[in-house]
Amino acid sequence: MDGVDHPYDRSPGVEQQESTANFLSYTVGLGFAVLLTIASFVVSQTNLLWAPGIPVGLIVLAFAQIGVHLVFFLHLGSGADHTNNILALGFGLLIVFLVIAGSCWIIADLTANMMPMSGNASH
Amino acid sequence: MSATIDTVDTELVPGRGGGGPAPTRTVVAYGFWLFIVSDIVMFSGLFAAYAVLSGRIADGPAGSELFDLRRVFIETMCLLLSSYTCGLGALSAERRQPSRFLILSCFTFALGAAFLFIEISEFVGMVSRGAGPSRSAFLSAFFTLVGMHGAHVTAGLLWLTYMVAQVVAKGLRPHVLRRLLCFSLFWHALDIIWIGVITVVYLMGAR
Repeated sequence: MDGVDHPYDRSPGVEQQESTANFLSYTVGLGFAVLLTIASFVVSQTNLLWAPGIPVGLIVLAFAQIGVHLVFFLHLGSGADHTNNILALGFGLLIVFLVIAGSCWIIADLTANMMPMSGNASH
Repeated sequence: MSATIDTVDTELVPGRGGGGPAPTRTVVAYGFWLFIVSDIVMFSGLFAAYAVLSGRIADGPAGSELFDLRRVFIETMCLLLSSYTCGLGALSAERRQPSRFLILSCFTFALGAAFLFIEISEFVGMVSRGAGPSRSAFLSAFFTLVGMHGAHVTAGLLWLTYMVAQVVAKGLRPHVLRRLLCFSLFWHALDIIWIGVITVVYLMGAR
């Protein structure tokens, strides 16, 4: 059914034809995004979460909001017509993960193995 | 239903060699999507630098002394709303409603410009308090990362002005619509990067 209606691959940002559904998609997406932003600010400024868990909570909320943006604003789907888009994004996210996590790992390791220095040089 | 899926799986399906080349619109937007993914990879380098250097304040001011979260919240709302009006603008362009598109584009521009104004006044305030990019490694990384996002927003505003001029001069022709599609992808992608910035820089740094 889907393959007959959309015989070609779809690119991100291209909507289906029903325009009222698209208006709804943007509005629902904005609502979710605003709620998740408010939640991030509340979590970071209050003691709602156990203090050492706050960074983890913020990262989870950020990933949720990125997902909301991808689905409701960029119209990225999970169907077969989106395989190429998801593959490109997945490869990009792999590189992002390698660069950020790798840098943090390497520098943390370097810092841990530094010769002890006197005074405030450790800053 | 299952029978049709079986036949689709065994034959050449469109996008995997069957049915000829994809429409120009799909090809153009996919190419721009690859650019956006590579732009996000470029930002990951700046995020990595910030993550590594955020503690190196060289006895200068730390993020918790510098960041004003109320201001950041207003900036975020400006960017989210401008993404919303940009999406609705793209929708009205698809429906061939140029006047609605122009009004919504004005909102998008105004909200983006408000974001940029708040960001620049924050930068000016920090530099005047002696917390410029040369003060510490933390501040160098901060200005590079947040400034790069601001530079992207500036480029987006210039691009939006150019697109509005094209719609006025040429109307909503197919190639103008393709460029508009690329612009709205770019504008939504800037939101995604900003979410990373507020989480990593402001919300974690202000604690």
